Amino acid sequence: MTVASQVKQTLASLKGIHAGLQQLALASQDETAQRTFHEAMLSTEEIIAELKDRIGRLEFEEPQYHGK
Amino acid sequence: MPIWLETAIRSICILIGLFVITRILGKKQLSKLSFFEYIVGITVGDIAGTMSVDLGISLQEGITSILIWSLFPVAVARLSLRNKKFRDFVEGNSTVFIKNGKILEENLKREKYTVDELLEQLRKKDVFRVADVEFAVLEPNGDLNVLLKREKQPLTVGDVFPNPPREKEPQTVIMDGMILDEPLATMGLGRGWLKEQLDKQGVAVENVFLAQVDSYGQLTVDLYDDKIQVAEPQEKKLLLAAMKKVQADFELYALQTDSQEAKVLYEKQAAKMTELIQKVEPLLRN
Repeated sequence: MTVASQVKQTLASLKGIHAGLQQLALASQDETAQRTFHEAMLSTEEIIAELKDRIGRLEFEEPQYHGK
Repeated sequence: MPIWLETAIRSICILIGLFVITRILGKKQLSKLSFFEYIVGITVGDIAGTMSVDLGISLQEGITSILIWSLFPVAVARLSLRNKKFRDFVEGNSTVFIKNGKILEENLKREKYTVDELLEQLRKKDVFRVADVEFAVLEPNGDLNVLLKREKQPLTVGDVFPNPPREKEPQTVIMDGMILDEPLATMGLGRGWLKEQLDKQGVAVENVFLAQVDSYGQLTVDLYDDKIQVAEPQEKKLLLAAMKKVQADFELYALQTDSQEAKVLYEKQAAKMTELIQKVEPLLRN
């Protein structure tokens, strides 16, 4: 498995975490819990954006694995 | 009219009347019975009992007396709600028995309490050493309440975790195989969500004896058939595990990469994930 595909897997996990946090933020009844989950969700969004950027660069460096 | 019929009619009417009166007197009477209220309760019962059996007493006399006996405590309760001084007079004051860890002998004497009785009351509260007590007070209703010294108090969640996650009351959404729509709506959920969750656990609504939703939207069910194993909700644990895995991934990439720029990025992201995990872990752990 190439580095790019590994990083892509991590990106997928991160997206799953993002969805899970969002769901919990919506389902929680307590306001502090809601806020905590929401903030956590926002920081995963940041990490996801940075990681996407990094993946773009990796694909540029290893064009033979593009899209895998 | 035969005597038995009159007795029967009287008894039934008095039963209904007593029921109404106890409703008016309310719940307070049950939880915190002062000596006065105790005696009033017994007397009302006694008058009612005599009235239903003793046909020599006219209904007029009986009803007047019952009304006075039962409405007087209501009036007293109303008045004592308004007036603090009146309340102290009616309900009595509490007496401090132990203060700053020292027994106040004067107060014991005033309440006619012997040391043995004090020790007995303390033991009822699981206190066997007087030295463990910071403060103890005899309430007007005869209960002894005890505040232990700080170091002897039981450990609470707040002592271990400074800011424990708050938890609201769970809602019961299925009873006896019937979906309760009102609690579901209180949680902001609907039948569709419930069906989905039940499908996930692989059970039908008819087989569910009881189902509750906790304040994080997790559903726990109890089935009629206790032989069937139902999985506990795992979503929060899985989410936490996934977050830990992603954090470990980032650390791994930071070690593997040759590019200095990428290394910095991965390390930063690993740190962010650690921070994130710390923040939500208390909420996800249970």
